[in-house]
Amino acid sequence: MIPTAFDYLAPTTVEEALSALAQHGDDAKIMAGGQSLLPVLRMRLNAPEMVIDLGRIDSLRGVRDDGDAIVIGAMTPHFEVAKDPLVTEHAALIPKAIEHLADAQVRHRGTFGGALAHADPAGDLGAPALALGAQFVIAGSGGTRTVGADEFFVDLFETAIGEDEILTEVRVPKHTGWGAHYEKFVRVVHQWPIVAVAAAVRMDGGSIAEARVGLTNMGSTPIRARAVEAALVGAAPTDDGVRAAAEQAAEGTNPPSDLNGDADYRRHLARVLTRRAVVAAAGG
Amino acid sequence: MTAVQDAPAAPQKEIGRDRRRKEDQRLITGRTRWTDNITLPGMLHLAMVRSPHAHARIVSIDTAEAKTSTNVVDVLTGADLGEGQGVNINAWPITPDQVTPTHVPMPSDRVACAGEIVACVVARSAAEARDAAELVDVEWEVLPAVLDLKKAAADEVLAHPDLGTNKSAYWKFDSEEAGTGGNVDEAIAKARTDGIVIEREYRQQRLIPAFMEPRSVVVDPTGEQITMWSATQIPHILRFALAATTGVPESKIRVIAPDVGGGFGGKLQTTPEEFIAWAVARRLGKPIKYTETRSESLVSGHHGRDQWQRLTLAAEKDGTVTGLKVDLLADLGAYVAIVGGGVPVLGAFMFNSIYKFPAYQFGVQTVLTNSTWTDAYRGAGRPEATYAIERLMDELAVEVGVDPIAIREKNWINADEFPFTTVAGMEYDSGDYAAATARAKEMLGYDELRAEQKRRRESNDPVQLGIGVSTFTEMCGLAPSRVLGSLDYGAGGWEHASVRMLATGKVEIVTGASAHGQGHETAFSQIVADRLGVAFEDVEVLHGDTQISHKGLDTYGSRSLVVGGEALVKATDKVIERAKPIAAHMLEASADDIEFSGGRFSVRGTDQGVAIAEVAMAAFAAHDLPDGVEPSIDSEATYDPVNFNFPHGTHLCAVEVDTETGGVKMRKYACCDDIGNIINPLIVSGQVHGGLVQGIAQALWEEALFDESGTLVTGSFVDYLLPTSADTISFDIDHTTSPSLTNTLGTKGVGEAGTIASTPAVVNAVVDAIRHFGVNDVRMPCTPERVWKAIHANDGGDPTERAAMPHFGDEDVAGNQETPGASSTEGAGA
Ligand SMILES: Cc1cc2nc3c(=O)[nH]c(=O)nc-3n(C[C@H](O)[C@H](O)[C@H](O)COP(=O)(O)OP(=O)(O)OC[C@H]3O[C@@H](n4cnc5c(N)ncnc54)[C@H](O)[C@@H]3O)c2cc1C
Repeated sequence: MIPTAFDYLAPTTVEEALSALAQHGDDAKIMAGGQSLLPVLRMRLNAPEMVIDLGRIDSLRGVRDDGDAIVIGAMTPHFEVAKDPLVTEHAALIPKAIEHLADAQVRHRGTFGGALAHADPAGDLGAPALALGAQFVIAGSGGTRTVGADEFFVDLFETAIGEDEILTEVRVPKHTGWGAHYEKFVRVVHQWPIVAVAAAVRMDGGSIAEARVGLTNMGSTPIRARAVEAALVGAAPTDDGVRAAAEQAAEGTNPPSDLNGDADYRRHLARVLTRRAVVAAAGG
Repeated sequence: MTAVQDAPAAPQKEIGRDRRRKEDQRLITGRTRWTDNITLPGMLHLAMVRSPHAHARIVSIDTAEAKTSTNVVDVLTGADLGEGQGVNINAWPITPDQVTPTHVPMPSDRVACAGEIVACVVARSAAEARDAAELVDVEWEVLPAVLDLKKAAADEVLAHPDLGTNKSAYWKFDSEEAGTGGNVDEAIAKARTDGIVIEREYRQQRLIPAFMEPRSVVVDPTGEQITMWSATQIPHILRFALAATTGVPESKIRVIAPDVGGGFGGKLQTTPEEFIAWAVARRLGKPIKYTETRSESLVSGHHGRDQWQRLTLAAEKDGTVTGLKVDLLADLGAYVAIVGGGVPVLGAFMFNSIYKFPAYQFGVQTVLTNSTWTDAYRGAGRPEATYAIERLMDELAVEVGVDPIAIREKNWINADEFPFTTVAGMEYDSGDYAAATARAKEMLGYDELRAEQKRRRESNDPVQLGIGVSTFTEMCGLAPSRVLGSLDYGAGGWEHASVRMLATGKVEIVTGASAHGQGHETAFSQIVADRLGVAFEDVEVLHGDTQISHKGLDTYGSRSLVVGGEALVKATDKVIERAKPIAAHMLEASADDIEFSGGRFSVRGTDQGVAIAEVAMAAFAAHDLPDGVEPSIDSEATYDPVNFNFPHGTHLCAVEVDTETGGVKMRKYACCDDIGNIINPLIVSGQVHGGLVQGIAQALWEEALFDESGTLVTGSFVDYLLPTSADTISFDIDHTTSPSLTNTLGTKGVGEAGTIASTPAVVNAVVDAIRHFGVNDVRMPCTPERVWKAIHANDGGDPTERAAMPHFGDEDVAGNQETPGASSTEGAGA
């Protein structure tokens, strides 16, 4: 389908992008990889007058080491994030999620920051970011602020990023040596998850010392399964060892009902998938 | 004049060779003429304004603002186009008193389904047309709509109030009345006292053909003939329909189906979009193009299937079938499409399938609703029939307590019983069900998988294994014109072909079949290369343009090879006959002494001969032809088969069901199809593979759903789940060969086989995997949620049938409010 006509700017610095955003206000829309934005424009569900493409801002792309965290530039495409050695070493959960995200074309064009800024509750990156306690660096005309994952996701397709702001990078605390797994449940491969569970586990001896669990598509934002995390401490990394903790996965969730399943079925899935994700994460 | 001494070595036989498709280079690279690639001087573009409502009166349409939009040439409504726009015809009124709403391409008073076009914008670019379309202001008076098939059959809310009923036609076949079998009610009554009666109600969900190339049409009114290019399966029928309903003489119309990217039945329609483009081009005197978006395609291209099937099977205690009664409700959508109610009728002769039922009755009530119109989708009628009977045979096997293959074996027609006239009055020409079944079992590893299934059951494995069986047959090759006539079909079923021998020895063949991805160019070249003894590369296949292929009935219903190929054989044979007197003259022999083989005419008993290319040159030069012989050996033939042909096969599918999630994973799929002689094994494999995926998709993934207001909820590929290669496994396919006796090539149709056979194989496998939980049905598509809820239906949770429902704030999805199918099994034998 054909979008309505729009003007297009491709700034090369964050400052230029911010001033363009300030100038055009409501009428402007940021474009990262365009994988979510363009379908919206083409179906004419949105008609910005100005599209500001961040694709030429080199400083927004790439992954760097920053002491106890790694920093992922917002414009780093999914496939680059997934194969980056810093990411695989310190935040293995993220590549596990990207592996199942969309298809190769989308993974090459879509970006880490774009996916998080889009905040689709069925998006695959929110739950891992939440589970790993990611920090979101947001630039505005007044400077830069950092928002924790708990406050970043506000609602369906809504984040803490203001209208005149840009997400520049995401700081992910290092989880070096943690096992990780992303258990995504779909009917066909190229689908957004019906439910997915992101789990990262630190083992000590033969049992679970610490666990982080994030749920995808179990509410209007990604959800951290804290009760599960707490119950997992000390558990054996087996089906039976994890089962009781996983039973709490649906607590406090508010999953949607749609063609792929009603809320009760999703709650059930969350429990099963949590068990599987944690056991797989613990197994390496 | 040359008389070559040494006959060249006979070239390798083309028939049976797995030639790569010659058309693929251009089709796959896209460097070809898809309709949307066509650009004409001064061409204008159309954008459509469509109804968001399922049923509404058009109060007013304000086009003023749109008309002033940049580069807009005109904005037209149904009132502007008036009668000249023609009508979209139903070519198959299945009964004389069928209730058929008039289908005006662009109505001016009322719309009967969402997506219906009420205005169109003509602009210099497609983008400007689209922009202006947003500015057209339509005032609607929303009318009560009926979306649900069963509710519509109750006639409480009318899809077309002026018709007074939603019931379009009731069509019935009864074996006792037809003299082809006994009385089905007696058979059922008897089974109720001392046999087995299986009663089920199955749902055939609504599907969307989802061809790869969206529909597109270009109309050029500037020549003596008005030319329409269209992404259609049916250029010839389209020309006829345009002539018949728009008042333009047929001789003034040229229709071209250039390369067409798939159809699956979805492009055998004459569409409102085509007729609107036609009317606008004629009105403005300028070339017009319209290409739909995928969103438009999903809502306004015709849909397929959509039936409720009430079924009663009677059998003796030992499982010998004694009667089958079929009672269908079929959703036509808002209008009766070109084949329309004929689709379920195409299934009427197939519910009895390969089994020796002594009594049979079939009835279908076609029903109008305020939904997208329905028509043929790959298999058309036969998948529905095959699904029903193959599901029932599995249920019967359970009742009797035998293996599902054993129950089929007990009841099927044996190889030595062909030709066999069925209880539905069809004469099956050839087949060997036992041979195909044995091969399929071997490929699947049937016995080993049954053993594994048993182990998993006994150990209460969270992953259960199920094996599904489908021993199908279908009728292919639409078809004998007389049969179609007896069913009140609006056209015949013949096909036309001609063969042109060019002066340089090359060959052009023209077919009335209209390929849209099937590989006709390759397969037909192989047939002709063998027959004429010329090189495969020297044969060109022309089709899809009414100026070149002036006669034809197009491509659908697995007819192109079995009907069109046969026409080609006949035309080719005529070429040889016409060439003989000329060859005899060249060889200074009597025509009676001339024989033809390997591309050469030779004098019997001598080594004297001429190649067919030389004869073609001699005919072209015409310097020295025998007296009274025309200077041409070109020939044509029109072939009308005397019967359908009946491919069959055994499809076996093993699935793993994750009982914790309800997820279904295909483990293995093996099928052995008997499609008679094979022209090109590679093309056949492609047809089988693609067909399988489409049939499996009905079982597991695809379903078109509307909400209560008539909005297509599955309006994009995010929600209408098409599988990709990543969702399928490698299939094991093989063939047994019982050549068809109804055509000289011995071929049977294969285009629809995989789709028809696979759906019940998969659902049977799913049910088989979880039957020990007390499950005897899972509604299609067998989503994980439905499977999981079916497993838990008997432990106090939701009932199974509730599980078979999608969820949209619950009750507002059409096709799901109805009380779920009564599933009862009675039987003294049970
Ligand atoms: C066919 C298909 C399948 C898909 N399947 C999946 C899937 O299975 N799982 C999944 O998680 N995702 C899936 N996606 C979405 C994919 O991950 C997208 O890449 C992602 O959602 C958006 O990333 P993007 O870089 O393309 O952002 P864009 O589409 O360019 O932008 C998305 C939104 O975020 C805003 N935005 C982008 N960057 C910034 C920024 N730096 N600061 C502020 N605002 C910003 C934009 O204004 C826009 O509103 C799929 C997409 C497609 C097309």
